Parts: sequence; C-alpha cells; structure tokens
Amino acid sequence: MSILTRLTEKSWEPGAQPVERDRPSAGAVGTVAYFGVALVMFSLLVAAYLMRMGLHGGMGHEHDWKPMPDPPLLWINTLVLAASSVAWEVARRKRMVSAAAFGAVLGALFLGGQLLLWNHYQAAGYALSGNPANAFFYLLTALHGLHIVGGLFAAGRALAAANMRNIALCALYWHFLLVIWLVLAALLLST
Amino acid sequence: MATTLADDLRPLHHPHSWVTKYVWSQDHKVIAIQYSVTAISIGLVALVLSALMRLQLGFPGLFPAIQPDNYLQFVSMHGMIMVVYLLTALLLGGFGNYLIPLMIGARDMVFPFVNMLSFWFYLLSVIVLVAGFFVPGGPTGAGWTLYPPQAITEGTPGHQWGIATMLVSLAIFVAAFTMGGLNYVTTVLQARTRGMTLMRMPLSVWGIFTASVMGLLAFPALFVAAIMMLFDHFAGTSFFMPTMQSMGAITDTQGGSPLLFQHLFWFFGHPEVYIVALPAFGIVSDLISVHARRNIFGYRMMVWAIVIIGALSFLVWAHHMYVSGMNPYFGFFFATSTLIIAIPTAIKVYNWLLTLWRGDIHLRVPMLFAIAFIFTFIHGGLSGLFLGNVSVDVPLSDTFFVVAHFHMVMGVSPVLVIFGAIYHWYPKIFGRMWNETLGKLHFWITFLGVYAIFLPMHYLGILGVPRRYYALGETAFIPQSVHLANAWISIAALIVFVAQGMFFFNMIWSLFRGPRADPNPWGAASLEWLTPDTPPGHGNWGPHLPVVHRWAYDYSVPGAARDFIPQTEPRT
Amino acid sequence: MPDRLRASYIGRGLVPVAVAIAMLVVGSVAFHLFSPWWRTPIASNWGSIDSALDVTLWICAAAFVGLNLFLAWALVKYRHRPGHRAHYEPENSSLEKRLTFWTAIGIAGMLAPGLAAWGKYVSVPKEATVIEAVGQQWQWSFRYPGPDGVLGAAGVKYITPDNALGLDPLDPFGRDDILVESGDLHLPVGQPVKIVLRSKDVLHDFYVPEFRAKMDLVPGIVTYFWMTPTRAGTFDILCAELCGTGHHEMRGKVVVETPKAFAAWQAQQSSFGQILAEAPPAAMSILLIKANACIVPPSWSIR
Repeated sequence: MSILTRLTEKSWEPGAQPVERDRPSAGAVGTVAYFGVALVMFSLLVAAYLMRMGLHGGMGHEHDWKPMPDPPLLWINTLVLAASSVAWEVARRKRMVSAAAFGAVLGALFLGGQLLLWNHYQAAGYALSGNPANAFFYLLTALHGLHIVGGLFAAGRALAAANMRNIALCALYWHFLLVIWLVLAALLLST
Repeated sequence: MATTLADDLRPLHHPHSWVTKYVWSQDHKVIAIQYSVTAISIGLVALVLSALMRLQLGFPGLFPAIQPDNYLQFVSMHGMIMVVYLLTALLLGGFGNYLIPLMIGARDMVFPFVNMLSFWFYLLSVIVLVAGFFVPGGPTGAGWTLYPPQAITEGTPGHQWGIATMLVSLAIFVAAFTMGGLNYVTTVLQARTRGMTLMRMPLSVWGIFTASVMGLLAFPALFVAAIMMLFDHFAGTSFFMPTMQSMGAITDTQGGSPLLFQHLFWFFGHPEVYIVALPAFGIVSDLISVHARRNIFGYRMMVWAIVIIGALSFLVWAHHMYVSGMNPYFGFFFATSTLIIAIPTAIKVYNWLLTLWRGDIHLRVPMLFAIAFIFTFIHGGLSGLFLGNVSVDVPLSDTFFVVAHFHMVMGVSPVLVIFGAIYHWYPKIFGRMWNETLGKLHFWITFLGVYAIFLPMHYLGILGVPRRYYALGETAFIPQSVHLANAWISIAALIVFVAQGMFFFNMIWSLFRGPRADPNPWGAASLEWLTPDTPPGHGNWGPHLPVVHRWAYDYSVPGAARDFIPQTEPRT
Repeated sequence: MPDRLRASYIGRGLVPVAVAIAMLVVGSVAFHLFSPWWRTPIASNWGSIDSALDVTLWICAAAFVGLNLFLAWALVKYRHRPGHRAHYEPENSSLEKRLTFWTAIGIAGMLAPGLAAWGKYVSVPKEATVIEAVGQQWQWSFRYPGPDGVLGAAGVKYITPDNALGLDPLDPFGRDDILVESGDLHLPVGQPVKIVLRSKDVLHDFYVPEFRAKMDLVPGIVTYFWMTPTRAGTFDILCAELCGTGHHEMRGKVVVETPKAFAAWQAQQSSFGQILAEAPPAAMSILLIKANACIVPPSWSIR
C-alpha cells in the first residue's frame, strides 16, 4: 500500500480490517529519523559556510576569507573512515562481530587522525579565531567528530551485547557519517 | 514487528520503588507530567515577567525599580520561555508524551529510556536558563530573537554571561527535544496497535506527529546558530560579527554577517510557530468533535492541511526579515509562500466551524475554551495576513501590531487550547473531576481579558508605536490617549494574571477533593478513554492491547444506540 | 456520564458564549470605527502601502465578521437539547473545494496590491538623490553627497574622534560630503530620496511612522530604501530594531521643507573637507594612520 493510498483512506467507511505487515524495527526508524536531523544540521552549516564565504569583500575587508591548505592527512583520514565503513558493511552482511569491532577501531583511528589534523593546523598558525575559513573548519570537524564519538558509544554497546540488529544499525550510521564527511571534505578541499 | 507489537508485554521497565516510579521514571505518563509541571512552573516565571513589563508600560515612572535594562531582560526572557520552554515543551513533551501512546494503543514510547533522558535534559536546560537570572549582569536583554551583534556586545544587558547561559540552555533544550521528538515520531510510525491505520488516528496525534517531525528538522538551525554565536562570544570568531564599533572602540571582529544569524534563527523560528500551533490545531479538533458530538468535518482535508502547513512552513522564514536589509527581491517569494499557507490554515478554520454546524454542542468548559480558540485564532490568523503581505508589513513591522498578532495567534490561542485540553483530559489523567463553576469563571475572565489586552494593541501598532520600548517618551505622533490605552491593557493583563490563580487552585484542589471521575465522562470514542484503569496503569492496556476497528470520530452515527461508538467496537 | 453531571451541562435557551462572540465582533468593529488610534497622516509617496493595508483590512474584516457570526449562530442553533442529535457527515468535498477556491481568490486579492506596492518599494527611481543615515548606540547622524552628488567611501575602520562617520579621507568624492552629526535630517519636499543606511555598531532601524517606510541598519553592509516626502513638517525618527539599553531613546528629527528652505539650510552645514581643514594636526595624523596613508597625496591641500 503506497503512502498515497494510506493518506487518502476514507477511514470512516466500513472496509476490510487492514492487514498487518512487518514494520522495520523501531531502532531502524529512529536511526533514519535521526539522519534527517543531522542532515539538516550539516546542510545548514554548509549553507552558512557558503553564505559567509560569499560575503568577503564589502566594507573594506577584501581578504576576509582565507582558505586553509589541504594537508595529506586530510586524505588519509578520509581513507580511514571509508575503510571503517567497509568493515561495518562486512560485519552487517556477514554477521561478523569481529569486522564490526575492526570498524569501530578504524572509527576511533579516524578521530585520532582528526585530532592530529587539528594539531597540524594549530602548529601552522591556523587559529580558530584567525579567519572564518578556520572557524568553519574547526566547527564542522568538531560536530562531525562528536557524531563519531556518539557512534562509538553505540557501537560499544552493540558489540558488548553482540546484538546483530544494532550492529547493522551502526553500519548504517557509519555510512551516513562517511557520506557527510565526504561532502564536508569536498567542501573544505574545493574552497 | 507488527505481530509482536500486538499482544506483547514488551520488556517494560516495571518500577518498584517510589523513586523509579516517579523520579527516574520511564513511563510516558509520568514523564508527561514531569514535563508539564516543569513547563508550567517556568511558564509562571514568564507570566510574572510579563506582569512586570505591563507595570512599566502601563504606569511609566511609577516603578523606579524597573530600569531599561530590566525591562529588556523581562521582554527577552518572557518571550523565549513562553515560546520554547513552555509551549513547545508542554505541547510536545507534556501532551505528546501523554497522548501519543494512549491514542494509538501503545504501551509506552518505543524508547522509554531515551524518553526519560529527554526530560532530564529538558530540566537541565531549564536550570541553566534560570541560572541566567543569577549570573553577573543578569539574563540577556537582546530580545528573544537574540540578534547579534548586539546580543554579545556592550550596551545590551546580559551581553556577557546572560547570553551565554541562554545559548547553552537552548543547545541543551535542542538535545532534549531531539530525543523526545525521535521518540514521538518513531512511536507513531511503529507502535500503532492492530487496526490503527494512519487515517484512523485522532487529529491530536497528527498534529503532534507533524510538529515533532518539524521540530526535528527546525531545531538544528537554532542549535547551529547558538553554537556559532557561542564561538563568536568566547572564541573570538566572526561568524556573525561584522567589522564594527562597540561603545566607540573598534572590535576585533571583522566581516561576519548578522543576517546569516537571522536566516538561521528564522529557519528555526518560523517552523517553531507551527510546532506550537499544529498540536494545538490537532487537540482542538478533537475537543470540538467530542463536545459537538459530531465527527470532525473533512477529516482527510484536516490531515492534509496539517501536513501541508508543516511542509510550507519551511519556505516562509524570511517573512520575518522583510525590512532586515536582506535582498529585497526575496520579499516577492516569501510574501507569496506566506499567503499561500493561509489557504490550508483557513480550511482548518472552516472545518472547525462546519463541525459545530449541525452538531449537538455541549458547552462544557473544555468546549468553551475550544470555541474561544476559534475566535482568537481567526483574529490572530487574519492579522498575520497583514504582516505576511510584504509591503503592508513595512509600516507594521517592529510595532505593537506584531506583538498583538503573535500573542493572539501563538500565545493566547495555543494557551486556550492547553487550558481546554487540561480540563478535557484531567479526569483521565488523575481520575478526578474539577470544579465546573471555577472552570467557567476562569474561562470567562481569561477569554474576555485577553481580548481586552490584545485588540487595542493592534491599533497602537497601526498608529506606529514601536515594540520593545521601555518608555514612549516625547513623541509627536503618539497622542496622550495611547498612555490611557497602555494603562487599560496593563490593568486587563493584571486581572487575567490574577485569574489564573483560579485555574491552579481548581486543579490542585480537585486532585484531592474532586469527585471521582467517570472513565469516559465526555463519551469520547478515541482510545485513550478506553483504558481498563483510570488513571491508566503502567503499560496502559492490561494484558491485551486494544484492537481498532474504526476511526476516532464515530459520533452520532445514524442507527447507533449511543451517540458515540468507541474505536475498539467491531463493525457488525 | 452520571446524570448529576449531565444535568448541569444541558444547554439552556441562552448561549452566553455565542452572545459574547457576537458582542466581541460588534465591539471590534465599533472599536475600529471609533477608537482614536489609526495611521498617522501620511507624509510620503507610500499611499500604495496604505491602500494595500486597506484592501487587506477589508478582506480580513469581512472574513472576521462572517466567520465569527457564523460561529455564534451555529452555537445557538445547534446547542444541545434533549433528544437532539448531531448530523453525521464525514466530509463534503464539493463544499470544501468551493471554500478553498474563494479563500484563494481572497488571498490573491490581498497579495496583488501588496506585491505591486513592494515592486515600487524595491525599485529606486534614477532621479532620487542619495542621503545617508548613520546609526550608532543611540543616536542618528546624516550625510549628504554635496555638489558632486556622490557619497565618498566610508567604513568603520576610518573612524576617529574628528571623523565620527568614518569617511575615507583619501577619497576625493568624500571631500564635499555634508555631515550632520547631531542635528536634524532635512529633506526637500517632492524630491525622491534614496536613504542609504549604515550602522557603526549594532543593528538599528530607521523608522518614521509618517513616511510608512522603514529599513534595518546592518553593520557590515549598506542597506537602503527610497521615498518621496510629500508634506512639509517635522517628524520623529525612531529606532525600530532593539539595539540595547537606550533603544527607546534613539531619536532624531526629520524636517521636510521647501527646496528653497532646504538649499538655504544645506548652505550653512559644513562639508567633510571643511571639518578636515579645521582639525588640529595631531588629529589629522590619527585620521590618516587609520586610512593607512603614509604621505599626504599631492592633490590634498589641507591648509
């Protein structure tokens, strides 16, 4: 039954009692709903990024936005997160708890890599308050990192209980965070 | 999961001690009451603030303790508390929590632990908010819109710590709301009992559900804006902070955009209006239908209107910014989208009226409040057309017309629904009946009082009296009679303020001394009235979940013995 | 429901809430007609905004009166009486469609004049003279372009005690600009003006009720609106965007006068060049440091 049929049902008319179908698990629905929340949050940040970037010039501040350099570490971190996502996918398909654990470790490694990246930028003099490009970089990576931290927490619980359904949800979450990261990285690299 | 949902006493967390039952409770009904009591308590603070504001406006100079800074702090805290911490929290955290599982035939929310966490985060956000009153400099006085740069620069009260507590509190609130909202949405999608199709759900559930989805998509904007402003405030970034002076000295900030904040704020702020309005729309539809003994007229249209309003409300945010200095050509688009949204809204009004038409209207207290809502909502909705109609907004924006409009449409109207809803469901929630005479007296003073407050305000706005003014001072175009009007408004406001004491007395007194209530005193057809116990016990439904055979509005069906048929009654 | 409760609810002949609603409708109309508070007499060309407001008002008033009287009537007519039963009718699509259609017509009827007026509001006529209003906590200043008709460049970074409006001292267009730092804004009647708005610190809003027009001042960008003053007189300028403690005291005056009187007034004001000429050398060097200028350009004759 399509959503359209369901929303046009004349429910006051005597009809056959609806057939109960299997619904996806509450966890899956909740997770996907959360993707909506995170998607809006990151989309708004991307919109704010572009809007703020377009504002340089005007009122005598021509060189307001100074893009940051793109160190190789950024690419390495991206690869680590992608590998982490692959490991989670293997865990989901093959029902392998060990692959999931490996995925989680790679996720933690990505976080470590991001911290290194922060360090690298700090050392190179790209302070948070120095420039809006820097500020957006730290803000975006921090919020993305917090999502990874939350994911690691959930992954820890799923792994401890070896709950395959939750491991599958973690895999989904990891893919989502990978996609978000790819968009953010593309944005940071291209501007 | 469908088959498992139906009769499964899922691993419900059964409370054993008083503490697990009433404090660290995971029962949606207890959480609902925790949410409601907290929201109403902080709402009372905001009510007191509004009374203080009215004292200053009505009788300028009479209360030297109220200085301009205090006045702006009252304005700001009143607005933010009422919109976010009272209305949003009460309608979704309170009514959403209580009604959703009962109305769709579930034993609880699908994530009870997260639900509990949601309340505790909410309580924390309220505590941080209240802490703002005690930090050096007091709470923020930047208006509830918190516009930078002034929110965090000298010259605005609370620019140092008050704004920080406000922003932190909002970020915590958004986290709390997200946890709650995910719960409400997932519960509606997942935990409906056997036979409860989407179109058999009461409109209350539709309103709360749509508002929850909207909240999930709108609050991130507030979250992002709050975090970015905290960065600007404490880390010296320039997201929103332009090259500017502050008190004659050039600041370190450069190049930021105050308009960026406004876009983010209103991307949240406008849907927020409907996050408050849609649950009220849903609830009032049910009150009208039950007490008019008639099905809600055009149920499908009502559902679609809720969904369409919810979707459109994300496309109208910049109608708050017609004179903000944004690209003026946006005005054409946002005026058109704003006025289009009036069409589904008008349909809802028509259908409320058409539900009364040819009904069998019982004028009990909840119904009186619902009728008053129709009146104030028509008034507030129509005055919104002035403000949405871009060029008409130019003279009216930032005047008392705006204040009158939004109080009518999203202050008074939802609050009238909340009163009606409390009177309506009180017998189910507490198993006792309130005092009718007090209820009617409360209704009359509140209804007539709020109209006496807000009708003249529209005219002061058309005259050009600006809002957020501590005192009008010597201004040629403002005649002496305006001061009379202000005094009149203040007196009416104080009467309404005091009259709310009757409501609280009635509710608390009836809790202990009210007569035992019938399990279904209004003869309602929807599921929440059909629980085996009143008040409903833990798990709501006893050993077996109810099975639904019809929609929630089978009132006065021809040929039926009674004038309502419960949703659980099989068709013959 | 127990009989005791039901008995008290049975509707009586009189339906107080219906009477109240009818009275409120009548009272609102009477209030509209007889209350002393309405628009200030207009003093600009924005009659089209007033007309759009009037159209909106009439359509909305018709809806307000019609819907609420219907409500009151329905409450009386269909009040509960023993033996009375509601009519069962889930929906009536044709009625709902008709109502939707007429609502859309009403909405379009309001929107059209609103958008038409906005179309004029956003298109500044070419012949409009440019005048700048500068806001700061909590006062107004003004700047006229002078004989060359062009406002010189300006920015917060140029501000010094002797250059309070932050004009670029190196911009030749700014030299003849006329500055009014704590006086009234003067406008010639009948002459379209584009008011450009600049804030030195926070958000403000330039608002003269009699002109109908208003616009925010946003630090970091220059905003504008235009209008033609049509009536001579003195009007209050208010700030209509909360700008801190002194928001309500941020006042100014605008004097609309005949072109002749305006020209006479303007001739008495000092230009930026004159102010520079009178500034002491120490102040001058601060001013130039702000402009990142190491040497005085040859075209400059300060003394």
